[in-house]
Amino acid sequence: MSDIILEICNLHASVENKPILKGVDLVLRAGEVHAIMGPNGSGKSTLSAVLAGREEYQVTAGQIRYGGKDLLEMAPEERAREGLFLAFQYPVEIPGVNSAYFLKAALNEIRKHRGQPQLDAMEFLTLVKEKMKLLDLREDFLKRPVNESFSGGEKKRNEIVQMAVLEPRLAVLDETDSGLDIDALKVVSAGVNRLKLPTTAQLVITHYQRLLNYIVPDFVHVLSDGRIVRSGGKELAHELEARGYEWLLKTELQPA
Amino acid sequence: MASPKTSTLPQRSVYLEPFAAWPRATDSAWCPALRQSGLEHFEQAGLPTTQDEDWRFTPLTPFTRLPFRPLLNPPALLPSLEQLDHLTFGRQDGPRLVFVDGHLAPALSRVGELPEGVFLAGLSECARPGGEPLPAELGQYVPPTDSAFAALNAAYFTDGVILRVPPETAIQTPIRLVHITTAPEAGSAAHLRHFIQVGRGSQLTVIGMCVSLTGAAHVTNLVTELAVEEGARLEWVSFQDENPAAVHLATLGGTFGKSSQAWLHSFALGSRLSRTNIRTHLGGPGLECVLNGLYLTRNQQLADHHMIVEHAAPHCASHEYFNGILDDRSRGVFHGRILVRQAAQKTDAKQTNKNILLSDEAQVNTKPQLEIYADDVKCTHGATIGQLDEDCIFYLRARGLGLESARQLLIHAFAGEIIERVQHESVREELDHLIRQRLEQNPHLHVEGSPEHV
Repeated sequence: MSDIILEICNLHASVENKPILKGVDLVLRAGEVHAIMGPNGSGKSTLSAVLAGREEYQVTAGQIRYGGKDLLEMAPEERAREGLFLAFQYPVEIPGVNSAYFLKAALNEIRKHRGQPQLDAMEFLTLVKEKMKLLDLREDFLKRPVNESFSGGEKKRNEIVQMAVLEPRLAVLDETDSGLDIDALKVVSAGVNRLKLPTTAQLVITHYQRLLNYIVPDFVHVLSDGRIVRSGGKELAHELEARGYEWLLKTELQPA
Repeated sequence: MASPKTSTLPQRSVYLEPFAAWPRATDSAWCPALRQSGLEHFEQAGLPTTQDEDWRFTPLTPFTRLPFRPLLNPPALLPSLEQLDHLTFGRQDGPRLVFVDGHLAPALSRVGELPEGVFLAGLSECARPGGEPLPAELGQYVPPTDSAFAALNAAYFTDGVILRVPPETAIQTPIRLVHITTAPEAGSAAHLRHFIQVGRGSQLTVIGMCVSLTGAAHVTNLVTELAVEEGARLEWVSFQDENPAAVHLATLGGTFGKSSQAWLHSFALGSRLSRTNIRTHLGGPGLECVLNGLYLTRNQQLADHHMIVEHAAPHCASHEYFNGILDDRSRGVFHGRILVRQAAQKTDAKQTNKNILLSDEAQVNTKPQLEIYADDVKCTHGATIGQLDEDCIFYLRARGLGLESARQLLIHAFAGEIIERVQHESVREELDHLIRQRLEQNPHLHVEGSPEHV
């Protein structure tokens, strides 16, 4: 068995005192791609927010170990420096903050944490331009403020460019497919697939099976009402696509 | 309507008395008519109070509690050239006129080489026997009727600059007007009046900076009159960084000709109380005028910008962008009046005022005022007051930036929106550097305890 990267045990989390996650268990090992599927309101986005460290989500029970450490004890920036990356469902626009400046600062924070030398402007530009080419994103994005006046698809591609530059050990992709047309979906998926390594893991959160035609998961988990109600291989996603969440949720309610 | 507030105001005579004893008040070389008219307007109107709509949020107490000591004579001692080098923009090349305590200091000034036909001199140099007569335009673009302070300035101005750029002449290097106050007595008041004319198709950048080399609660009353002719380009950068007890009163008034372009920047960093009046008369079609300002306030500072943009010709664009970063108990005031005359069809007027409050006690009053008599115009305004955006902070932290770095980055970006509109590269870079430093020194942008763990 390869190394465990992420281990979630009996995770309960609330927003504004409303319980959303009600006992999630999940283990991701190096080299694995896991997909979390589920209907709206099942807790998918809460899970990604808790992993990234959003303060408005309260963990009420359970624990998360990441790379052997207690993830919940870590500030969001420490998680990022330790190699956790969240591709946001809705990347925010940051007026006035130059994209290149921002990404270079982020990369150098992470490199500093890893004990690697800082990249200067030239080295950084060489690196980022190469990654942008892979994601089919024009270089002039670097000169613009972060995500400002980017289209929905451009924002998502920009997330994956950041992921490619920061080289995370664990990438959490939160509904990366939403708002993408089929061509953009292919480009983004190809970018994500290229980042799959024997030493890293990916957690792909999606409502639709469509994305999983391009990012092929090793495991699929179905989240419903704050719990994982079914886990299986990639064929589970196809079954859900064919029969809908209703089918699964109904069968779950009746003991086999 | 006698209220307790008005009754505590000093007697008007306090501001009139020094005039009677001043020989220059009636000197024929020094615009006696303008001075007299200034005095009379002040005598009539007196100082405004918070009962006046235009001064509702700007109590003048920091000014009225001071004695009135107009600086009618040059100082005995000038600052050294080294002291000047250390000031902001101190190392920029190019012409500079240095005014100390309201009087031109030729020993510290240098005109250098200017293109043929450019006239640059101090009013005090012109008013000497045999000198150039003072421009007939003085008092035309900022008349004494504009405000009590414009009236006081008309009565008491001791010096200033005359800068005339002939047609089709580009001056690339910024011309600096440096205003330094050294007087150690509270209430010492420098009154300066500048006149700048940019000829048809010409190009000019001027920096007007005000600093203190004294800790005293001094007063700067500065009037700048601008005439920007057809197709000319003017960039005016006002940089106010006076000591935290000072009172700064500035009025910039100008008329702008057909197809001209103007950028009028106001950076208000210092002073206990600062009030900047900007009046622009857009008098020729197809021109563009940008008013761009940033105020950083803390402790008990109050920074007030009061604009009147008058669209008097068709197809003109005016854009006002003012951002404020306010800390402690400080206050910001923004008043933007846009007046669109009937003739000014196809006007495009835009106004935004955005504020970030770094403390619960900081306060902003923002007031747009649109007055439109033409029917085919586009006028928009918007104002925001808030804290740093939590979603942006989280996004930056989720990429590895610490909380403190994230806040610094956002606040600097907010200031940067204004700074980046400065066209002249070296001026922009120096402002950017200086303002970044100021923001980094702000203790409220630091995170308590360890910067990494919160």
